[in-house]
Amino acid sequence: MRGGGFGLVLQLVVLLGVVVLVVGIAHNVAANLARLGIKTGFWFLSRPAGFDVSQTLIPYGDDSTYFTVFVVALLNTLLVSLLSITVGTLLGFVLALSRSSSNGLVAATGSLYVETFRNIPLLIQLLFWYFAVVQALPAPGASFHIANLIFLNDRGLFIPSIQFGRSLGPMFGAFAAGVVLFAFMVAKGKRRWAVLPLIALPLAVGVFYRADIAWSIPQFKGFNFHGGIAMLPELLALTIGLSIYSAAFIAEIIRGGIQAVSRGQTDAAMSLGLTRWQTSRLIVIPLALRVIVPPLGAYYVVVLKNSSLGTAIAYPDLILVFAGTVLNQTAQPIEVMTMTLLTYLALGYVFSFATSVVNRQVRQ
Amino acid sequence: MNGVTGQMTPHWRRRVLDFLRSCVSSPLNAVLTAAVIALALWTLPSLVHWLLLDAVWRGTSVKDCVGHDGACWIFLRAHAGQLLYGSYPAGQRWRLAAAAVIGIATAVAAGSSTRRLGVLSIGLMLVAGSIVVGVLMVGGVAGLPFVATSLWGGIMLTVVIAAWTIVTALPLGLLLALARQSELPIISAIAGAFIDTLRGLPLVGLLFLVIVMFPLFVPPGFQTDKLARALLAFTLFNAANFAEVFRGGLQAIHRSQIEGGYSLGLPRWRVTALIVVPQVISVSIPGVINICIAIVKETTIVLILGLFDLVGVLQAGIADPDWLMSQNVRTTAYVFAALVFWPICFLLSRYGRAIERRQPMTSGVSGAGLIN
Repeated sequence: MRGGGFGLVLQLVVLLGVVVLVVGIAHNVAANLARLGIKTGFWFLSRPAGFDVSQTLIPYGDDSTYFTVFVVALLNTLLVSLLSITVGTLLGFVLALSRSSSNGLVAATGSLYVETFRNIPLLIQLLFWYFAVVQALPAPGASFHIANLIFLNDRGLFIPSIQFGRSLGPMFGAFAAGVVLFAFMVAKGKRRWAVLPLIALPLAVGVFYRADIAWSIPQFKGFNFHGGIAMLPELLALTIGLSIYSAAFIAEIIRGGIQAVSRGQTDAAMSLGLTRWQTSRLIVIPLALRVIVPPLGAYYVVVLKNSSLGTAIAYPDLILVFAGTVLNQTAQPIEVMTMTLLTYLALGYVFSFATSVVNRQVRQ
Repeated sequence: MNGVTGQMTPHWRRRVLDFLRSCVSSPLNAVLTAAVIALALWTLPSLVHWLLLDAVWRGTSVKDCVGHDGACWIFLRAHAGQLLYGSYPAGQRWRLAAAAVIGIATAVAAGSSTRRLGVLSIGLMLVAGSIVVGVLMVGGVAGLPFVATSLWGGIMLTVVIAAWTIVTALPLGLLLALARQSELPIISAIAGAFIDTLRGLPLVGLLFLVIVMFPLFVPPGFQTDKLARALLAFTLFNAANFAEVFRGGLQAIHRSQIEGGYSLGLPRWRVTALIVVPQVISVSIPGVINICIAIVKETTIVLILGLFDLVGVLQAGIADPDWLMSQNVRTTAYVFAALVFWPICFLLSRYGRAIERRQPMTSGVSGAGLIN
């Protein structure tokens, strides 16, 4: 082994140190838990939780268990992360284009946005959007609205939704089949037609079940809105804040990718007689994607982690609901913290894996 | 002919002309320019009105702000002491000024003597300075009354957290990076696992972990205060981030540098200390600055733990029933917080980019993707 005898001794000393630290901590934890009368174990997960969560994407009631609470909180974290990633990427793309624009004024506007929003702490931006903007919106009776279909007020954003009724199951099946076919066709290299099953299958099911499908439009009754999809004020503020903040970073990643495509490549393409649009589609975008995908995927994990700041504006995510309320109610700190932190680590790995899959596709 | 006039017109004038020409160089660009100007005309006047013209500059209570649709700057004056020092006893605040002077003097002295003194002497200087600063702030010895950290707050607390984190996490991060790159498998594995785990967690989660679990990790009866626990989490989290930056720096060093050192007959640790570490540090500076920006922004997260940093003091101030009457108070508070943090982060990022441009070798280790 390189390093010789000294290296071996050093390693043993460090290893011994780590073992002593871990054993010491374990010993202290055992002593403290015994003193506090806490029994370890994950049985608490099957007990009813008995508290309310303001946003639940799956059925949740008084007799729901702590495990259900965990799933509800996890879905809330995923929901706001995916929403912010989508909006942030779209906004970031527009900003990257504006920063690479030949128009000096447009480029300067893009820079102004990026330099403003990425140099102000995210937490301050979230507090601003929640306490100074969303909470200052009018009451439901005086909502802002678009054609009486979409309403915005201090209870949140209300948009029309589709009620699937009996068709929900078949619709879900058709969509899942569409995704599988899409992946299959992309893998086979038939990208041009890959989107077709994704649209056609659910559409066919929709036509078949058309009698069961109906629009649900938000309506003001009593003191609040009913029907449609309600986006809570906390979700609204967190999505706005996280998207605007992330877009500044995503814009820089995308711009870096566009700049990395050398001038020679585009000149060569143009001299072959390709139009500007063809050059962008066939040369610039595929080459830029190779540079963009790895850091973009890494940044999506950062967005996921940053969503935990929603705790500060009472968004019911993993940290607030599970590591907060559940931990306090059950007094099982070790189990709850382990589950919470392992979930973040696991989600990070899932995102990284997805990035590497996409990266392989892009490099073909 | 163009070339001749181009040489004769001053540099900046040509740039202004190029800029103006680019704004109308094509029909699309002309339309975009018009759109940007329209946006500016729509937003800037109301911004100027809110921030300056319609803002309230004189007065003492929220009543002076009601009825004005502008910033309520008097809210900040009413809370000035809190915003700067938190609840630190008024009679003892001179200690903070003294601590700040000593802290800055130590940092300047250490920074300016990097060429004359060794790493060890500089380290000792920083440790000695930190101890003096700590004693001044906490007290309890030498006739200084004890001030509990629960009374610390405001910008002072923000500075304490940022300075502490940078000073402790930098050396720890360098050690971790060296350990991870080392050829000793056990040490490399332990360092790697530590770095990857910490970097995979959200800081909020880690703070919750330390706040809730640390009392369980120590022997029963051993008390730690909340700020100390939060600082521990900040140090560990950012040491892992710095380690990732330094790893990029280590990979940028050419193998021949190290082999050159060996061929001179230098022992392994001297090659590391004299050849590897100085180069890693200089190559990694842009990445280190990026993490420092992230640290400055992260300090605000202690609000979630119930500590009263600058943002915590502002949150408490706007929740104060005396100041609830005007919605503008809230906006003023957040705009002020943004105005405090923005110049620091912006100038730091400019500084980092200037260094990056001066040494092209550093690009690629700037830690893009680490920044949050």
